[in-house]
Amino acid sequence: MTTAFLNTDALPYCKGCGHDLIARHTTKALDKLNYDPLDVIMVTDIGCHGIIDKCLNTHTVHGLHGRSVALGAGISFGNMDPNKKIVVFIGDGGTTIGLQHILEAARLNLNMTVVVHNNYLYGMTGGQSSGLTPQGFNTTTSAEGNPFSGYDLCALTHAAGAAYTGRIMGIGDISDKLAEVFALKGFSLIEVLEICPSYGVKLNPRRKLQEIVEKSGKPLGDWTQEREPFEAHQGKKTDDLLSRLPIVKKAFNSYLKKPLSLVVSGSAGEGVQLAAGLISKAALISGLHVTQKGSYPVTVGVGFSTAEINLSNEHIRFHGINVPDMAIITSADGLAHNRKKIEAMKEGMLIIDSSLTAPQTEAEVIQHDFRALGARNAAIFSVFFFALKTGIISTEAIFKVIENEGKTEKLPLAKIKEALSVI
Amino acid sequence: MQNINKEKRTLVDASRLIIESMARAGADAFIGYPITPANLLYQYGSQRMPLMLAAPDEITTLQWMAGLAAAGKVPITATSFPGYALMIESVNMAYMMELPMVIILVQRLGPATGTATCGAQGDLSLLRGNISGGHPMPVFSTSSFADCWTLSAKAVKTAVELRTPVVLLTSKEEVMTTKSFDLATLPEIEPVERKYYDLKCDGKYKSYKATGLVPDFLPVTQNKHQVRINASTHDKEGILQHSNDEAMANTQRLEDKIRHKLYDYIEYEYHESKGAEKLVVSFGITAAAAKDAIKKLEQQGKKVSLLIPKTLVPAPEVYIEIMESYNTVVVVEENINNQFSDMLYGIRKPANHRFVGSLGKMITPQQIIEEVQA
Repeated sequence: MTTAFLNTDALPYCKGCGHDLIARHTTKALDKLNYDPLDVIMVTDIGCHGIIDKCLNTHTVHGLHGRSVALGAGISFGNMDPNKKIVVFIGDGGTTIGLQHILEAARLNLNMTVVVHNNYLYGMTGGQSSGLTPQGFNTTTSAEGNPFSGYDLCALTHAAGAAYTGRIMGIGDISDKLAEVFALKGFSLIEVLEICPSYGVKLNPRRKLQEIVEKSGKPLGDWTQEREPFEAHQGKKTDDLLSRLPIVKKAFNSYLKKPLSLVVSGSAGEGVQLAAGLISKAALISGLHVTQKGSYPVTVGVGFSTAEINLSNEHIRFHGINVPDMAIITSADGLAHNRKKIEAMKEGMLIIDSSLTAPQTEAEVIQHDFRALGARNAAIFSVFFFALKTGIISTEAIFKVIENEGKTEKLPLAKIKEALSVI
Repeated sequence: MQNINKEKRTLVDASRLIIESMARAGADAFIGYPITPANLLYQYGSQRMPLMLAAPDEITTLQWMAGLAAAGKVPITATSFPGYALMIESVNMAYMMELPMVIILVQRLGPATGTATCGAQGDLSLLRGNISGGHPMPVFSTSSFADCWTLSAKAVKTAVELRTPVVLLTSKEEVMTTKSFDLATLPEIEPVERKYYDLKCDGKYKSYKATGLVPDFLPVTQNKHQVRINASTHDKEGILQHSNDEAMANTQRLEDKIRHKLYDYIEYEYHESKGAEKLVVSFGITAAAAKDAIKKLEQQGKKVSLLIPKTLVPAPEVYIEIMESYNTVVVVEENINNQFSDMLYGIRKPANHRFVGSLGKMITPQQIIEEVQA
């Protein structure tokens, strides 16, 4: 006999399998709730539970072992129609593989119901223990009884934030219970306990489900909490990532004659990237072409901080810098990180803080006390110094960039001007 | 000559161009998680995409994307090798299910976690064979900021039109570098047109029945026709099968649609220098150094042609045809095993081929010049 939800009465399960009961009562429950089969999206994965797909008149999505909850979560995110029902089937093996997905969907309280077919072992692959196998239960990989206790899936899911979690035995008519769960908003998970007739029954002769459940220490029951289902809170959005970029016109002159590669390096937290950005932006409003990239250790708050800049009167394609034409070094961290590059310089200029000993290099060495205005201002000061010494960009252009960005009050510009006046 | 009055000069990084391009092309969801050097893409994705979800891990990322795609969205994500490695089973799932999505793969130095902030071009061999069965999955490689604009949109379009995951292959050196750029040079991007199975059709819809090579799509969120989406071997209806003729024909079609539709998405640059006997081949981040090298050689009066492949997988034969028309071919890529040539020729590379490689350092124009002149 077929039903609105099942296209056959011959479900593909071994005789006595609880999966058969779950499938029939899941569809019966959906029928009781008057769902149109095509308003139901059934998501399954690998494992015996997943071979039900072909028997269903709903939409069916059949994914990877242990991932059906995440796949169903994706559908839930994409579904805007509250009249749709997403039901996810998963086994205890799949639950073990994809436990994170269940906790995440529970945490977000996504609109969906997960029906866990817990027959205490991986059935399709040969009866191996899973993370939900109770202590003492025999499986093909624990012939003398599972030495570990299983996860309390309901406790975990409840703690993660599920609106509903429940554990029942897969005996008798469970359709009313399933209908009750399917009707809830938010994330619900119901763990249905059963014994696999092919492995569980054979390997655990004379044991009854009731006794196994009692000894497992995982009680039957319902656990609920009042929580609003997930709604996509997307925060502030922009409709165009390019529209707010400052478009600049040439307003200053540059005395750059040929392409220049420049390394600016100091210590993390001392404004190196900000200072390098001032050079790049000042170069841009001086009509130059620019590239800039940062380099720092994985822990961004300590150690060196380096910026590599290329300036040119023409379009720049290759932006790598092996040996720079010029280097600005404001701290020992910066020097240590760039020592080899500086030693390899055959010409050009090294601008280096006077507290540091310049390495052997054929570049012209210019020393100045950049740290005099405080460590946090050393890199900024060095950029102005660079402008004054080279004329590649003007100090006026840098001041203009600072003004454009509203940073005039944040930087010690009076002190910098004073220091520059005596150079 | 560029009209200076129409110029829109600014500083921009490639991450921004990629995300904006994909959004304009029709991508509508960004699923992200933090991984260097793809974090700027994540940040921009969160600002720009109508739907942004922070996934807890890489596998979840791909699974959520697949679910969203089944519901009719066009999701994208950004990662680098360590994340991509974890995604591969799910990428295969999306490939088998025929769900559109784009994965921006930012190359960094490996193996394993390698060096997160060091660029590289080491992932081509993986991408060439990452679908079980060796079936090709489209891979585009960006070699300039302009590419980051046009190829990003192309990746979205290809994903939708072919119903497949697509990889946009880039590098730390692109997505974390800021450049002066004239926004006025960016061409308009038309959003991809999504075509659905006609809901008015009375006949039975079969999720994997294709009149051409690509089956008509219907989301699981409509209720006129039953949709069956399946990651396991399946027939036209989407029902799991072992290996019957109909199911094998379906799997064969997956291969065929990517290969036979290739001419819809071949992208490359070929700068032919008439009379040149030498050809430089370079893709991705090293193509910029190759362009500089060619320019310098030209200034010295030396003729050298340049091929920049951008559709890397499946590789079109035209690359081989071009390469075969030169006496000397110099292939340049930032790895030490010449993955591009390996893909085209296997272990026996033509005797007239040379290789410029590098590990952990950008290849310079000078290195290319030296090899061309060697």
